[in-house]
Amino acid sequence: MSEKVILNTLDHPEPGTLANYERVGGYQALKKILAENMSSEAIIAEVKTSGLRGRGGAGFPTGLKWSFLPRHFAGDKYIVCNSDEGEPGTYKDRDILRYNPHSVIEGMIIAGYTLGAQRGYNYIHGEIWDRYEHFEHALDEARAAGYLGQQILGSSFSFELHAHHGFGAYICGEETALLESLEGKKGQPRFKPPFPASFGLYGRPTVINNTETFANIPYIVRNGGQKFLELGKPNNGGTKIFSVTGQVNKPGNFEIPLGTPFPALLEMAGGMRDGRTMKACIPGGSSVPVLPADIMMTCTMDYDSLAKAGSMLGAGSVIILDDTVCMVRALERLSYFYFEESCGQCTPCREGSGWLYRVVHRILQGQGRHEDLELLIDVSKNISGRTICALGDAAATPVLSFIKHYRHEFEHHIEHKRPIDGCH
Amino acid sequence: MTLCAESLAKIDREIAKYPADQKQSAVMSALRIAQQEKGWLASDTIQFVADYLGMPRIAAYEVATFYNMYDTQQRGKHKLVICTNLPCRVTWQQDVGEYLKKKLEINYGETTEDGKFTLIEGECMGACGDAPVMIVNNHRMCSFMTPEKIDQLLAELE
Repeated sequence: MSEKVILNTLDHPEPGTLANYERVGGYQALKKILAENMSSEAIIAEVKTSGLRGRGGAGFPTGLKWSFLPRHFAGDKYIVCNSDEGEPGTYKDRDILRYNPHSVIEGMIIAGYTLGAQRGYNYIHGEIWDRYEHFEHALDEARAAGYLGQQILGSSFSFELHAHHGFGAYICGEETALLESLEGKKGQPRFKPPFPASFGLYGRPTVINNTETFANIPYIVRNGGQKFLELGKPNNGGTKIFSVTGQVNKPGNFEIPLGTPFPALLEMAGGMRDGRTMKACIPGGSSVPVLPADIMMTCTMDYDSLAKAGSMLGAGSVIILDDTVCMVRALERLSYFYFEESCGQCTPCREGSGWLYRVVHRILQGQGRHEDLELLIDVSKNISGRTICALGDAAATPVLSFIKHYRHEFEHHIEHKRPIDGCH
Repeated sequence: MTLCAESLAKIDREIAKYPADQKQSAVMSALRIAQQEKGWLASDTIQFVADYLGMPRIAAYEVATFYNMYDTQQRGKHKLVICTNLPCRVTWQQDVGEYLKKKLEINYGETTEDGKFTLIEGECMGACGDAPVMIVNNHRMCSFMTPEKIDQLLAELE
C-alpha cells in the first residue's frame, strides 16, 4: 500500500475530526513554520521543489503561482479555495471535505502566512450542503484550538477563514467566475490579464487554489518538497486522488502515486462490471478528450503521460465506458451539459454550445444529415480559443475527440438512424 | 414582506464573514435562507434581500436567476432533483429516473397534481461515485438510490 497524503485519516470511525487529524501529524506544519519563523521564500521554495501542480484541472505549478503574488503590497490580500466541484466525473473534493477538512484549513493558513494574507474563503458548491456544514464545524474546531484567528498559537500571525456556499453553477469553478460569485454577483468569468495574483477578490491580490492542492501543502512543509516529489515522478510530484465512475464494479476515490499505470487503477475500482469489455475512457473529467481503451491501457496516471496520449489529467475524474455505450448518446448528454452551463457572456460559447447540442441531438433522434459531422467540427473549432474562459473549449473538446475516435458510430447513426449493434 | 427573526439572524451571521464594506458577498446565502423560509423567491422577497444588504435590486435579481438552485417560480412542496449526466447515468444499474416519473406520474420539469412534488432533471452534483444521486429541497443529498429507497423517501416526505 502506497503512502497517502490526504486520505490518511480513514482508519478511524470519525475521520474528519480535529483530534484524528492531529493524530496523523495535523497542524505540525503550522507549528513548525511559526516556531522556526520560516521565511516565505523558504516555503515557496519547498512547494516548487515538490512539483505540486494544481489539482483542479489546469495542472499549473503551485509554487510558481504563489510566487506571482506581490510581496510588498501594503493592503489586504486573500487566500481562496476552489471547492466548486461540478464537472461530470468529479467528486474528490467532496470526500476531502468529509474525511480530512483540516488538511485544507491548515494548507490555507500556511498559504496565508507565506503570502501575507489575513483572510481566506473556501467556496463550496451548492449541492453538498452537509459538507459545507461539516467544514464550518471544522473551522470552529480550528478556532477553538487556536489554529485560526488572532495571533495564532501565540505568534504575531493572524488569519481568519470562512466558508462560502455556492448555489448551482458549474462556471463558478472557473477561478475568476468564482471570485465574482464570492463578491455576490453572477458568476461570469473576467478578462485576464489582470490575473487574480494582482487583481483578485475585491480587486486585491489573491491566490486561488483547488481543495486538493491546499490539502497537500501541510505534508510538503512537514516532510519537505523532495519527499513529496518522490511519491510521484519528476514533473508530476506526489499522490493524486482519482475519482473513478462508470461501468466498473467499485466506483470510488483512490489516492495513488502519480505515474501509477491505468490498469492498476482499473483493478482498484474492481474491474469492468458484468465482465464486459472497456470501450473508452475520459480520464480527467468530461471536458478532456476521450481515449479509446487500447490507448488508455498503455497510459500511466499523470499529467505528462495523458498529455502525450492526446488527453489531459484534468481533475483526475476517470469516466469508464463499456462496449454497450452508444457514443452518440454519451456525447449528446455531455453537450447538453455545456449548453446548460454556459454563462452566456461570450457569443461563440453561448450560441455555439447550443448549436452543438442541437446537431448531436438530431443525429441521435435519427434526423442527422451527412454534412453534420463536418458542421460539428467547424462549430467546435470556431468556439475554441474565442472565449473569455475555458468553458467554450470544454464544450468543443468532447465533440472533436468523440468524432475523432468514434466517427463510424456517428456515421452509422446518420445512415441507419440507430446505434451500432450492441449499443444503446 | 419581511423575513422571520431566525432567518435574519442567519443572514447577519453570513454578513459578518465579509469585510464591512462588502455586504453584497452575503447575497447568495441570504437568498438561500429566504428561499428556505418562503419556499421560493418571489420578486418582493428578492427585493427585501437586496434592500437588507444595501445592494441594487436588479443585482440581487441577477443572482437569483443565474444560479440554478434558486426557484424564482413557485414549485411543489418538495423539489426532487436527479442527476442524469453521463458518469451518473452509466453508473446506474437501474433506470431510477424512469421509475420516479412513473411513480409520480409526471415528467421532468413538472409538479404532481396535489402540489407535493416537483421533479427536475439536474446537472452534475459532484457526487458521481454515489450514483444514482438525488437532492431533496436543495439541502439533502441522497446517494445510491434504488426503487426501494425512492419509495421510502417519498413516503417519508410529508
